[in-house]
Amino acid sequence: MTSVEFSKEIRLKTLEMVYKAKASHIGGAFSMADILAVLYTDILRIYPHAPQATDRDRFVLSKGHACTSLLATLAIKDFFPVEELGTYAQNGSRLLSHTSHYVPGVELSAGSLGHALPVCVGFALAAKRKQEQWKTYCLVSDGELNEGSNWESILLAPQLMLDNLVLIVDYNKIQSLGAVKDVIELEPLKQKFEAFRWDVFETDGHDHVALKLAFTAAMQENKRPKVIIAHTVKGKGVSFMEDKLLWHYKSPDEKQYSEAIAELSA
Amino acid sequence: MRTAFINQLIAEAEKNDKVFLLVGDLGFSVVEPFAEAFPDRFLNVGIAEQNMAGIAAGLAKEGYCVFIYSIGNFPTLRCMEQIRYDICYHNLNVKVIAVGGGYAYGALGASHHATEEVGMLRIIPNMIVCAPADPQEAKAVTTFVTAHNGPCYIRLGKAGEPQIHTEALSLKEGEILTVKEGGGVAVLSTGAMLKYTLDFLQVNNIDASVYSFPFVKPIDQDKLAIILKSYKKIITIEEHQAQGGFGSAILEISNDLLEYNKIEKLPLIKRIAIKDKFYSVAGSQEYLREIAGITLMPSFFTITQTDAV
Repeated sequence: MTSVEFSKEIRLKTLEMVYKAKASHIGGAFSMADILAVLYTDILRIYPHAPQATDRDRFVLSKGHACTSLLATLAIKDFFPVEELGTYAQNGSRLLSHTSHYVPGVELSAGSLGHALPVCVGFALAAKRKQEQWKTYCLVSDGELNEGSNWESILLAPQLMLDNLVLIVDYNKIQSLGAVKDVIELEPLKQKFEAFRWDVFETDGHDHVALKLAFTAAMQENKRPKVIIAHTVKGKGVSFMEDKLLWHYKSPDEKQYSEAIAELSA
Repeated sequence: MRTAFINQLIAEAEKNDKVFLLVGDLGFSVVEPFAEAFPDRFLNVGIAEQNMAGIAAGLAKEGYCVFIYSIGNFPTLRCMEQIRYDICYHNLNVKVIAVGGGYAYGALGASHHATEEVGMLRIIPNMIVCAPADPQEAKAVTTFVTAHNGPCYIRLGKAGEPQIHTEALSLKEGEILTVKEGGGVAVLSTGAMLKYTLDFLQVNNIDASVYSFPFVKPIDQDKLAIILKSYKKIITIEEHQAQGGFGSAILEISNDLLEYNKIEKLPLIKRIAIKDKFYSVAGSQEYLREIAGITLMPSFFTITQTDAV
């Protein structure tokens, strides 16, 4: 399965989970679906049947509220049975509405924003100190960069020369209560990271070829941490969800569900 | 105590190549020997405690036994959510070490008064809370937490505390130490209040039992039940707010022991602790303890004269 085909599957499964559970956050789950598809198809060294293998790459989703598309990704990749996705957010299920480290393939529970990047600095530092070759990938949201803890890590990572750390910003331009530029403007984001001594790769977060090129370029061992600023669209893939704050919260009704399936299957 | 801690940590790190020390740009003239002996297992993360706690979680998840070290409220309250969620929820092998428990940094003001952190940390699942009384206890809890695979907190005093225990200790989880037995009143002390308690009894020529609690969580319930059955009057003493602290823990466990018929009745329990206040005057540790009411005078005599329940 190509990453493009995979991304379609991820979105369809995500939609089904959100619809069935009447859950929120489909907009942010869709905005990062292509990033996940490319990572899990072409970039990450993973072992679905040995998820704790020492030499695996560590991928951590920091925006844990958008976990539906990660869970779909892991299930399709056979970390756990696809049928289990049907239990998402149901009583007693291990598939919570935020990432849970009790799910195979999930490195870290994340729900409170601004926590994962410091932990990922710890992972990357451990790999350096143990002279191991695996890499650490951390996916954050744009709104999440409001959290000061991220900037503590962004300051320190270059000092530690963590070129084995790749931060991905899912830059869909909408956060919880409004447009990012109206809440706390992040621009000029590229220059901010450059000033903090990171290697910056700016890309269309839905163009699989461009994403793959960025991830490949970010593998360079040059003693600098890497950030991929992925410009994305919230709700990407379903026209009436795209670029709408509402889909941070809303779950599709029956008619919207059918329309979304039709669009995603086209 | 901090010298006993770092010396013991170096001894542990010599035996255990997983021991890793992170500091938040504090520890001048304390941590240097560790940094020199184990440069691959030391890092100053800078003045950024949330980051320090998160990095510790990441290192621990990769197999290290990580100590994070700073002053009082900084490696505790400042990064409380990282401790709760990244470290304790994931049950990771991280040891939070704070120097300057209570009013140890007296004149530095409320920012440096660590008087709430024991209560905050002891309610978090998976967390073990230690408050050693002297260098021997500090050494023993350092060994204990290194061997224990999970989150721990050690509340250290400062430097220069006298030895109270004359011999080296080996502590079991939750162990209560009998310091002296006698008289009709038992004083249960945690952390650096032990020295004060013993001096008070000696100066006033009072015969009373004294127990030291190097662990605030967990507490050996069997031994506590024996103590509760043996005395009609008990005093708890700590350098911490009364609500949520060590005395609170004793009251909670005592009530549970009564509920589950492990004891038949409750003794009178007097808690000596800070009474829900901040203090913003300059002063030594001893001065601040006194104005905050962390003193056995006149409580010890009042409780002695009270009719037992």
